[in-house]
Amino acid sequence: MTVTEYLSIAIGAILINNFIFSQFLGCCPFLGCSSKVETASGMGLAVVFVMGLASAICYVVNEFILVPLGLAFLKTLAFILVIAALVQFVEMFLKKAVPSLYSALGIYLPLITTNCAVLGVVLLNVQNGYDFLGSVIYGITGGLGFMLAIVLFASVRERIQFADYPECFEGFPICLISAGLVALAFMGFSGMKIF
Amino acid sequence: MSIVYSVLVLGALGAIFGALLAFAAKIFHVEVDPKQAAVRECLAGANCGGCGYPGCDGYAAAVAKGEAPCNKCVASGPEAAAKIAEIMGVAASDAEKMVAFVPCSGCKDVAEMRFNYTGPEDCRAAMLFGGKSNKLCTFACIGMGNCVKACKFDAMHIVKGVAQVDRSKCVGCGACADACPKDIVKLLPEKQKVVVACRSQDKGAQVMKMCKAGCIGCMKCQRECPNDAIHVENFLAKIDPEKCTQCGHCVGTCTRQIIRKLDA
Repeated sequence: MTVTEYLSIAIGAILINNFIFSQFLGCCPFLGCSSKVETASGMGLAVVFVMGLASAICYVVNEFILVPLGLAFLKTLAFILVIAALVQFVEMFLKKAVPSLYSALGIYLPLITTNCAVLGVVLLNVQNGYDFLGSVIYGITGGLGFMLAIVLFASVRERIQFADYPECFEGFPICLISAGLVALAFMGFSGMKIF
Repeated sequence: MSIVYSVLVLGALGAIFGALLAFAAKIFHVEVDPKQAAVRECLAGANCGGCGYPGCDGYAAAVAKGEAPCNKCVASGPEAAAKIAEIMGVAASDAEKMVAFVPCSGCKDVAEMRFNYTGPEDCRAAMLFGGKSNKLCTFACIGMGNCVKACKFDAMHIVKGVAQVDRSKCVGCGACADACPKDIVKLLPEKQKVVVACRSQDKGAQVMKMCKAGCIGCMKCQRECPNDAIHVENFLAKIDPEKCTQCGHCVGTCTRQIIRKLDA
């Protein structure tokens, strides 16, 4: 794969095919952890981290274990196993080696063990036929796209608190409406072609 | 054949990851402050959040670090605070036991209804239909039981459309007060037994029309109180816990029978 292809994977994952706004993956943490910009960026950071690592390891598992044995149909199961073990391992490692990063990611690291965005990115890697570097780039930039979306949305929500909206929309309804509007803004990127 | 392969491959993957994690748990084991574990043992373990920390573990960690006072856990009571203080090697400052109280007597028999609400069993939903209540009195308890759902200790019950606190079960965590969308539920010191079970700030004549058990601000209690502990503000009697001696004289004088002396 060429550099331009990698670049188009990256820009595509961040803007055009944003994981939340155009693929609707990872909507649960997107709504759950977006009440403050601070927690949102913690969550986003954890997702970037885990997506990148999971892409790399799942590529290896798929390419060198599942495909040679003709077990490609097991990839969903195997990837869940890999992601769950990986997140646990990373959590233990960070707790020991980089306590500052561990406390920054906090509760969000174990939360994304079962996140569909993480599983989505590794399955899409296989589906799109990316090579190792392409997979890792797609994983990391997909995470960055997630982070962009959740941080943008968290700042919107922080402002909503002071906005004057009808009382019956209080809480989740107004949150869902504004999520829809932000998603609509991202629709502007859809159909864009790079290179 | 592929069945055998699938089982073998996934089994092997699982075993390898399991073994790796087991090793990693040993290698990357981080010593937890033994104080933290000891403090955690003393706590009630309901994760009620009354202390303001994320769960009992969060509070225990904060105490062990010396960031939190020993007596923040109202749910496990003063004995636990004393134990925690012993572990931390400091003297416990007395945590005053608080108990939830619902200052509304407007049960179905006495309060006039604004409308017959048949929507979802949720106070917030019932509040949306104008007047902030299903009862004519805008200050009244709606009685859809958000506080009941919030209580982890089975101390809140809806009796005839008004929330009632079971004082023997209440631990004073304040979850009900947070859950109440109208801020009706309050935490009172347990020793404050004489209470005004109404929060209506409407004028007497209006209250008369809306509820048979509402404070009309007649000032009789204010005049009769031997300790100058009751004052009527905004047509509502208020007891000053600093001055109140719990004598209960006002209970007999109240023309609307809404000043009560709680038993337990």
